[in-house]
Amino acid sequence: MQEKHVITVKVKNNAGVLARVASLFGRRGYNIESLTVSATDDPRISRMTVVVQGDEDILSQIIHQTAKLEESLAVYALDPDQSLYRELLLIKLSCNDTTRSPIREICDIYGAKIVDLSVASMVIELTGTPHKIDAFIEILSQYPILEMCRTGATAMERGDHKQ
Amino acid sequence: MLLTGSQIVLEVLAEEKVDTIFGYPGGTILNIYDALYDNQLGIRHYITAHEQGAAHAADGYARATGKTGVVFATSGPGSTNLVTGIATAYMDSIPMVAITANVPNALIGSDSFQEVYIAGITMPITKHNFVVRRVEELAGTIREAFAIANSGRPGPVLLDIPKDVTAATCEYTPAPPREAPPAPPIDPALIAEIAGLINTAERPVIHFGGGVIGSGASPLVYELAHRASIPACHTIMGTGVLAYNDPLNMGMIGMHGNISAGLAVNGADLLLVIGARFSDRVATKPSDFARRARIVQIDIDRSEINKNIHIDYSVVGDVSAVLHSLLPLIEEKTHPEWQAQIDEWRSQDVAPIASSLDGKLHPYDIIHAVAELAGEDAIIVTDVGQHQMWAAQYCGRTQPRSFLTSGGLGTMGFGYGAAIGAQVAFPKRRVIHITGDGCFHMNLNELCTTVSYHLPVITVVLNNGVLGMVRQWQTLFYDRRYSSTSLHRKTDFAAVAEAFGAKGFHADSAEAFREKFSKALGSGSPCVIECRIDEDEMVMPMIPGGSTVKEAYRSAPVVSQL
Repeated sequence: MQEKHVITVKVKNNAGVLARVASLFGRRGYNIESLTVSATDDPRISRMTVVVQGDEDILSQIIHQTAKLEESLAVYALDPDQSLYRELLLIKLSCNDTTRSPIREICDIYGAKIVDLSVASMVIELTGTPHKIDAFIEILSQYPILEMCRTGATAMERGDHKQ
Repeated sequence: MLLTGSQIVLEVLAEEKVDTIFGYPGGTILNIYDALYDNQLGIRHYITAHEQGAAHAADGYARATGKTGVVFATSGPGSTNLVTGIATAYMDSIPMVAITANVPNALIGSDSFQEVYIAGITMPITKHNFVVRRVEELAGTIREAFAIANSGRPGPVLLDIPKDVTAATCEYTPAPPREAPPAPPIDPALIAEIAGLINTAERPVIHFGGGVIGSGASPLVYELAHRASIPACHTIMGTGVLAYNDPLNMGMIGMHGNISAGLAVNGADLLLVIGARFSDRVATKPSDFARRARIVQIDIDRSEINKNIHIDYSVVGDVSAVLHSLLPLIEEKTHPEWQAQIDEWRSQDVAPIASSLDGKLHPYDIIHAVAELAGEDAIIVTDVGQHQMWAAQYCGRTQPRSFLTSGGLGTMGFGYGAAIGAQVAFPKRRVIHITGDGCFHMNLNELCTTVSYHLPVITVVLNNGVLGMVRQWQTLFYDRRYSSTSLHRKTDFAAVAEAFGAKGFHADSAEAFREKFSKALGSGSPCVIECRIDEDEMVMPMIPGGSTVKEAYRSAPVVSQL
């Protein structure tokens, strides 16, 4: 079954390491939805969060092929119930005196921030789960969207609450 | 002691017990070649006609010996000419270290003369690669390159060294070669479970590949097969693990393998896969492959499990280590009914077409004579295409590392360079290069190399005047539309050989071939024997891609009746 999976890849923070991971995914034809790279508390290690589409076999292949890269230190799929996902959205809307106010109301409900305002447009920032961002964009799509960018998901497991 | 980067390169190669390098000098690698000029480390360097030949030679050296092949090339075109050779080694899991020089650090990224980002180019065809930006990192990085090339599933590693790093100096401290990393632990319960499957199987089959050779596990596979009387078949890369005439060896399976081997795998209730990866040339229709069997796979590469075929039981680890722990649990057994069934299938296998049938020279006559006259100790090296399949079918090998072929990448032009590497590794053994006219045209420039170094490689050219394997597909699947495959070039390969300073022969009958080949064996010189064969010879049997052994062609259709 084609499903969305989130994979964490911890890699050595060497020059070219992103190219290696991207080259592997490209070569093997894995379908990446998003890929983010971020620093960690250890400057020698970077953390990639990859969102991919595929069945269990493909997920397993991605994990094992990526684990073979000399610079990959750990590769694992995140358990959706035990993990936190966040994404950042910047969206520029065309607006006027009539629409500004309802847009602001939507932003309030979603906890989004208006970070830029001009006579005919505004830029809104929202951080949240990819689902929340999807829903927010869906609602805003009734207004003319001038420009939009999403960072792609970054993710982390929750702490162990059993202890 | 204070050494230059170039001296450090050679010192670390000596640490790694490297005594043979293939390569080609050039502008940016001048410093390393300068250090080579007066090296006292016992390192021999062989210059080829072309960097591709050097890469294939390093690969052939590694395939024949099991040691890591080493190749040098300069920046830009020198390094890009290695690409096919590196990719060939990568696809067949051959340990190789390629060292390229690049333009000095200060010029990198400025599109300077002979600059190319070879690390980027080779990223998908190496296990790993490095750009060594500082001389202080050089020794450690080279040691790591050898460790990576040799550990786990072997493969090529490329090191790119900017020219200024080869000139800079730093303190060099010798180090012993690294110990191999500890093997992954093998779960005894899993081994016991697999032993139970083997001990209770009624129709077991072993299927092995090049991983057995890489792991040095051939005697263990022999032991396992014979103790439990398990019939075995192999990929092209597994040729020589079991002797061709071992009664349990059903030979090669797959597109041009024996039909009996395909039927045995389809009928098996247990398939034990050792160091093989279910390529599309073996599992021509993956959904039907061994569909009645529980499949057990032993492989060092975790990512090979469930990649092309669903596996029921897998052991990830070095094949030798796994077989060592498995063997004591295996009971002596026979499977008389199963063996009788297999014997029946084998009796119906496609018989080769030989000169004795019609008086004409056929591929079988040539390959069979080579195997017989050159002997069991000979190393047979092939290029790619029809002659490669005929060689695989009839080469009569009895030991591993005696049949060298580009199995994964299928590199036309691989053979002559690889034969050079094998002959350098084993000066006293016979190295026979079997090729076709299409392939030999690609890299026959290396005749100058065998002549210069007095390497008595014997090349046997099966000249049909066409690109035979492509033509075979055009005949069978493209309505005989022979697009760009009817070459009919005027090249006289024997005369070409003579022009390079080698010996050249022609043979147009089975008797003439035996006579000329014996003469070549006795000459002590590089030789080329050109044999004319019919352009409509086909490799049989053949399973069309996407089909099963049941749909195999057993004999070539008569072309005039198509």
